[in-house]
Amino acid sequence: MRKPSRRDFLKIMGATGAALLAGRAGAEASEEHHVNNETIGMLYDATKCVGCKACMSACKRVNSDYGSLSYEQAKFDSDGLWDAPEDLSGSTRTLIKLFKESDKQWSYVKYSCMHCQKPSCVSVCPVSAMTRDKMTGTVDYNKDACIGCRYCQVACAFNIPKFQWEKAIPQIVKCDLCKNTNLLKKGITACAEVCPVGAIMFGKRKDLLEEANKRLSENPGKYLNHIYGEKEVGGTNHLYLSAMQFNKLGLPVLANEAPAEFSEKIQHTIYKGFIAPVALYGTLCFVALKNMKGHGTDDKHSEKEEKGESDHGA
Amino acid sequence: MSKPDLFPGVNRRDFMKTCVTVSAMLGLPFGMVSKVAAAAQKADNRPAVIWLHFQECTGCSESLLRSSHPTVANLILDMVSLDYHETLMAGSGHQAEKSLHDSMQANKGKYILVVEGGIPTKDNGIYCKVGGKTALESLRKAADGAAAIISIGTCASYGGIQSVGPNPTGAVGVGDIIKDKPVINLPGCPPSPYNFLSTVLYYVTFKKLPELDKMGRPMFAYGRKIHEHCERRAHFDAGRFAKAFGDEGHSLGYCLYKLGCKGPATHANCSVLGFNDIGVWPVGVGHPCIGCTEPDLLFKTAIADKVQIHEPTPFDSYAPVDLKDKGKGPDPLTTGVIGLAAGAAIGAGIMMAKKLPDGPEKEDDHEKTE
Amino acid sequence: MGHDEYQKHDAKILTPTFIVLLTLTLIGFALIAVRFIKGIGAVTNMSDGYPWGIWITYDVATGTAIACGGYAMAILIYIRNHMHYHPMIRSAILTSMFGYGLAGFSVMVDVGRPWNSYNFFIPSKWQANSAMFEVALCVMAYTTVLLLEFLPAVLTTLEKTEWKTLQLLLDMLYSRMGMKRPERIGERLDKVKEVAAWLKPRLDKVLIFVIVLGITLPTMHQSSLGSLLLIASTKLHPLWHTGFLPLLFLINCMFIGYSIAILESVISCYAFKRPFETKELSGMARIIPWLTVIWLAVVIGDLAWRGQLGAALSFDFYSRFFLLEFCLVAGGSLLLFSGRKRESIRWLFASAVLIVLGGALYRFNVYLIGFNPGKGWHYFPSLAELMITVGIVAFEILGYQVLVKILPVLPKLHTRQQIDAGHAAEGKA
Repeated sequence: MRKPSRRDFLKIMGATGAALLAGRAGAEASEEHHVNNETIGMLYDATKCVGCKACMSACKRVNSDYGSLSYEQAKFDSDGLWDAPEDLSGSTRTLIKLFKESDKQWSYVKYSCMHCQKPSCVSVCPVSAMTRDKMTGTVDYNKDACIGCRYCQVACAFNIPKFQWEKAIPQIVKCDLCKNTNLLKKGITACAEVCPVGAIMFGKRKDLLEEANKRLSENPGKYLNHIYGEKEVGGTNHLYLSAMQFNKLGLPVLANEAPAEFSEKIQHTIYKGFIAPVALYGTLCFVALKNMKGHGTDDKHSEKEEKGESDHGA
Repeated sequence: MSKPDLFPGVNRRDFMKTCVTVSAMLGLPFGMVSKVAAAAQKADNRPAVIWLHFQECTGCSESLLRSSHPTVANLILDMVSLDYHETLMAGSGHQAEKSLHDSMQANKGKYILVVEGGIPTKDNGIYCKVGGKTALESLRKAADGAAAIISIGTCASYGGIQSVGPNPTGAVGVGDIIKDKPVINLPGCPPSPYNFLSTVLYYVTFKKLPELDKMGRPMFAYGRKIHEHCERRAHFDAGRFAKAFGDEGHSLGYCLYKLGCKGPATHANCSVLGFNDIGVWPVGVGHPCIGCTEPDLLFKTAIADKVQIHEPTPFDSYAPVDLKDKGKGPDPLTTGVIGLAAGAAIGAGIMMAKKLPDGPEKEDDHEKTE
Repeated sequence: MGHDEYQKHDAKILTPTFIVLLTLTLIGFALIAVRFIKGIGAVTNMSDGYPWGIWITYDVATGTAIACGGYAMAILIYIRNHMHYHPMIRSAILTSMFGYGLAGFSVMVDVGRPWNSYNFFIPSKWQANSAMFEVALCVMAYTTVLLLEFLPAVLTTLEKTEWKTLQLLLDMLYSRMGMKRPERIGERLDKVKEVAAWLKPRLDKVLIFVIVLGITLPTMHQSSLGSLLLIASTKLHPLWHTGFLPLLFLINCMFIGYSIAILESVISCYAFKRPFETKELSGMARIIPWLTVIWLAVVIGDLAWRGQLGAALSFDFYSRFFLLEFCLVAGGSLLLFSGRKRESIRWLFASAVLIVLGGALYRFNVYLIGFNPGKGWHYFPSLAELMITVGIVAFEILGYQVLVKILPVLPKLHTRQQIDAGHAAEGKA
């Protein structure tokens, strides 16, 4: 009986490690992922926004029933007079915030889902509750599939998906471009529809990019020369123009590679065609069976011995 | 100016101004003004109007008469053929009754019935009689040949003050009795005369009734809440309220919500149109709205009671981008308990390690002997 | 390697420890009820920034690693062919079973919409890109495998039982009701025994394939527990975010597994007044340093490659936790390199504690401490949240304590040892 001890063991370990290493190497090689500019999105121009919050009201008015959104009370507001969300939350899909550096340096900023071209939340959802529509590029959420694991929240670089912590029957809440409400009825998102100053432009990504570039070239010095979301995390369908640094407006500085590309490459390398796990199982079975055979004689011997003892063993 | 004598005392300029106002109120495009004017001028077009009074204070009629901007009273009286109106008509007694009867016969199926006041139903409606007939009888008879019914005022629309519990006369609104005719409610105590004028002109112009809401009120006048267009709205959004009558906030014109203003729950266009042609209205002069167009509010909730706001709008301030403090951190009790537990665990671990044998000892020998 | 390498631990079930654990369990479960009635926010400090709190970090990510004793022992016994460790496997599997079962249970407490979990079994909903999907399926499968692996212990008991307690209970019930006990109950009980006797040898034949599955599945999902955080490239601190996360988690669970097997053996022998299994333990302890050395080498090599060594030594908040984790694992391993210390139960215990703490801290670092969702966010578990975790762990220990007393789980003692142990137990009681 050969003892397949540490040597064999380390071999198996090595094989696993190699697979993982390969995954690492594969992930390093940057692979162009396809950006679909025909998908729909929005362009928010922070220099045009007047902070009227019509978009916030419209979003709740239109989506409240569908997204089970409720109004948020401020601490000082015992009468429940105002909807006073401080941040995106389980009842707020879009929100206008103010960044004020000084009396002259300030900007409004609107938050809502970025509708990534390669969304992390879709990549990580174990039950396909988060989906990305191939045609429109809309990242949508299906509460009937969702198990509430909140992995999407962990994954999203923009911290967009929000969970209803205070509810016994909670769900994830995020912008779905009014997919089932305003977009369906009027062909435009509620926030873009009501914006009185055209700060929110709704349309195809290519048109939005064209418009953004036009504004940049026509108003030199007015904007920061960067379209936020054009390249970030592999491109997003919600784009931003601003005169302020984007990270000051709460939009993180991000690499151009989608995090989902990185994780999926590693995951795919390990589990490609499920070959590695099956091979592992086969090898282990082989080794274990060989070991068992080696002990076969011992077993019979011990069983005989134990039969005698079994009565008093119980 | 084809028939200037049709509107004595109204010159062309004032007439057109009124027509523009009415068109705008109805939400019609500017090009429609001429159509409205044409419809208003056409003598043949004058619909017969029968105006019945029941349990009421004649405030609605008064309101109509007091609207002086270009003599709307004249306009409306001459534009329509007001065949019967108990407080305005010259005739009385059998003469008046005959006029009513004749008009109903002549214009059967075409006249507009305007009802002012609630209708008592208890004890076969004996609590209100005109010309020996109960209100119930008169209404049923008049409604029978009417093209449409306009209930002017809150009493005719929902029963009004006499229908408030215990409702001794069993008063109800027109809509509760007449089910087979279109009933347009123009609630208000009193209603804006322009809402009445606009409704009639709409009917005259388009030969159909305006779009109504669930309560039978024309959408053009009652489609939005007072709160939405209130002149004090900016104070509401900013959180500035009058807390008591005569306090500083009240004198500064702050929002009256906390004094019980029902504006956020009341559908009417008072905040846009005002009254008496000079734009005054209760909220404008410092009294909270009492919700007179809403059956659930007027006389049913106290004036000082606050209404719940069902569709709040954002507060007039901005959350900062950097909220500083998000999520929940440790509280002393938790950290204390963790500290105690960790201390106990470390202590127990050390105690146990001390008790464990160091080096191969006799327990080990047992194993070796196996 | 029959079923008679094991025996029941003959002792009273109702001990003071039992009462304490039961109390903690009940508190935990009461709070779980609150969580289901009032929502997760009512009992926890989790937030949209920290959507995974102590439940996922401890109960799932760390708990399953601690429950890897069964996995590590199975590798040792069946793959590395050290059959003399076989008597220790059943208790290791029992703890793994509890560890995994309760990890699954706490996931059900943690997720917001557990009633939708059936979607894991609907192919159209499968999402192979998700590490979570892989973890969920593997954990469910592995819990089943552990149940199967533990089944022989149950079957042996069923086969031999006389149903004494049940008989007594039934007699009492029927006499209370003033009825005669029907015969067929006895027949049915006999039938159960027959089925158990029939099933046991058949199960034994295929058990090895189940056992190997029980080695394959943890290899998959323990690495995937690391993959879970690969996506959080912007949130997880670069000290921990690396493409090697799956590999590091896999090795990590192995050395935690062996260390926890040592701890379990030492603690249960200590608590049940049984002789220590020094020889087996020191043998097992020889493996650990090799695993930790590989692990530490990967960690350092990876940090050097990514140019993060400076960050590791910067002594800021993150660096301190990294160094603590590193030193705990390294310190524990250093102790085990010494042959003399490996022979000492005290030092085995100490080093195993250090390594388990270090390994667990690594998982805490990845899931919680090194996780920064952005400016302003912070998280610290609430008392209720902690008590739920404590309740679940207490239930785990409680179950272990009870099951080793009613099922043959612990390694069989030599007759003389048994007598000694019996005396000791009586003395304690």
